[in-house]
Amino acid sequence: MNAELGQAEAGPEPVLEATGAVKHYPVQRGIVIKRTVGHVQAVDGVDLKLYAGKTLGVVGESGCGKSTLAKLLVGLEPPTSGSIKVLGKEIGNLSARRIRSVRRDVQLVFQDPYTSLNPRMTVGDIVGEPFEIHTDVVPRAKRPAAVKELLDMVGLSPDHVNRYPHQFSGGQRQRIGIARALALRPQVLVCDEPVSALDVSIQGQVINLLERLQDELGLAYVFIAHDLSVVRHIADEVAVMYLGKVVEYGTGAEIYDHPRHPYTQALLSAVPVPDPELRGHREEIVLQGDVPSPINPPSGCRFRTRCWKATEKCADEVPGLDVGDHGTHPTACFYAEERDVTHAVK
Amino acid sequence: MAENLRVVGDTLPGADLNAPLLEVEDLRVEFKVRGKRIPTVRGVSFTLEQGKTLAIVGESGSGKSVTSQAVMGILDSPPGYVTGGEVRLRGVDLLAQDEESRRTVRANHIAIVFQDALSALNPLWSVGFQIGELFRVHRGTSRADAKRRAIELLDQVGIPDAKNRVGHYPHQFSGGMRQRVMIAMALALDPEVLIADEPTTALDVTVQAQIMRLLKQIQDERNMGLILITHDLGVVADVADDVAVMYAGEIVERASIHDAFKRPAHPYTKALLRAIPRVDTVGRELEVIPGLPPNPAALPSGCPFHPRCWAVDPERCATEAPPYEEVTDDHRSLCHFAKEVYRDER
Repeated sequence: MNAELGQAEAGPEPVLEATGAVKHYPVQRGIVIKRTVGHVQAVDGVDLKLYAGKTLGVVGESGCGKSTLAKLLVGLEPPTSGSIKVLGKEIGNLSARRIRSVRRDVQLVFQDPYTSLNPRMTVGDIVGEPFEIHTDVVPRAKRPAAVKELLDMVGLSPDHVNRYPHQFSGGQRQRIGIARALALRPQVLVCDEPVSALDVSIQGQVINLLERLQDELGLAYVFIAHDLSVVRHIADEVAVMYLGKVVEYGTGAEIYDHPRHPYTQALLSAVPVPDPELRGHREEIVLQGDVPSPINPPSGCRFRTRCWKATEKCADEVPGLDVGDHGTHPTACFYAEERDVTHAVK
Repeated sequence: MAENLRVVGDTLPGADLNAPLLEVEDLRVEFKVRGKRIPTVRGVSFTLEQGKTLAIVGESGSGKSVTSQAVMGILDSPPGYVTGGEVRLRGVDLLAQDEESRRTVRANHIAIVFQDALSALNPLWSVGFQIGELFRVHRGTSRADAKRRAIELLDQVGIPDAKNRVGHYPHQFSGGMRQRVMIAMALALDPEVLIADEPTTALDVTVQAQIMRLLKQIQDERNMGLILITHDLGVVADVADDVAVMYAGEIVERASIHDAFKRPAHPYTKALLRAIPRVDTVGRELEVIPGLPPNPAALPSGCPFHPRCWAVDPERCATEAPPYEEVTDDHRSLCHFAKEVYRDER
């Protein structure tokens, strides 16, 4: 295995670990007599390890299972099979009551800062609500002060505790969401598309805030995004997902500068770079068609229907996520081969 | 590129074939909300030539979409009113025309592709019927003929199996395919100007690449003028010939694509370029633009960008509205210090 994937510097014990995590949703027909006619294979065997103070980026297109993975990691959905461990404790099979104490250590930041905050609650109540549920974290008398401290930490004025969400801009609302997630002093934040609803100039503010908080509090992040440029900026390691499976997993440099899976290469080549000098000088891989349905994913390698390297073997066998003979990092492809699609080549 | 000499004129009364394809001069739009007049487009001017792509870049609320709606003549009135300026298509002032003539222009000469294809298409009619409607209404074509033309168009925009798909409804198409349907509709009557308002914002990157490639190819084939409205500087760098950067209802900088990215002459453009992460370089700290875009109902005095500007002269910028400085031919910036910013001296 690859020694550089976090273990070396960050100590041996991951703060968050998924092993063979699977989430299938049944597809049912019928109104009175329901019968299951298939399964949406949203997440299908994902292994991840996240270490303290590190950021794991998860990228992929819509429908690849990123958001379902986020729900599994914070215990909002129980996995169909496989294990999710937070600080070494299994959360996959816990009852709703017992999972609460674990959830203290892993919190979620949502994508949409408009719908994830209750419009009828003041900012103080929103950020302080976790204390109402986890009553032992901060004594009641000290809660208002704790809320103000949290607001200050995310760069909002503590005087705004009595305002309502609609009085804030999108970027500020995302800060409120982050403050709420930090209330219980978690070790892990799972951020599901935290900046994709924000304008460019505001995106940078929120990304810098997340990086500063990570330095100050030693947080570990799972950063889920479809924007590959943002993930390159913030992540130490990156997992590329396609139709519920991780197809490539490596450090930022391995994924972005030395991608080996055809899907990663296609994805990267499609990301426009804000530099007109590079026009026509980067490799272009334009994929045909759309992502197939996760209800009936293709046999063998799930990417084969859109892959230019696909052979019969790809239809018959499922490629494992492994390093291979000449590889540097785990890639789920029989024909994995490095190809630089990010930089100018021609 | 095909040597296409097709020009407006055969069907547009009073057209001057030597005039620029589309010329917008000092366009002003106000919204009346609760008796208050809110200026949202404050004197926008630009020129679009045949076969060229002009990108209008800006954050939400900068007035870029309102500009396109005013040019297209589909501004919702009330609350929006065009209060000044001219929009000239081959010399013919569209704003002076009555609604009926505008409708003819809208169908035959200028077309628009919206961001959200799902809400732009009528869910109750098949896509073939909706495309065919253009031919039936504007050309008096028979139903059967209109359907045949619709199939041709769907085929041209790369929808596989167009013959069967023509009878399908919008919800039966994926996001990328729906956007192709929108493009087919816009192209139906062979317009000379195509406005694409955030055409790929809701799409995944690999699909975005397909759609941008399609737009580019169609533009080349038909020698259309394309106005691309977007917030994504990467997409701009990939396709535009010229760039107009909008802020608070004004074009603050206008330049050729290479100048705008390499030697921006407005502090806002410069700051935006530094604020975006790139897929081909690793994490430097993102330089952020402090504060928020201004509320159009309460614009800052002097230069509206001055409260967020890094190159500000507190006295001058807060009191005097900046002039349009011409730093080179065809490169203009709305800033007191345009020349210094351009020369990197400030």
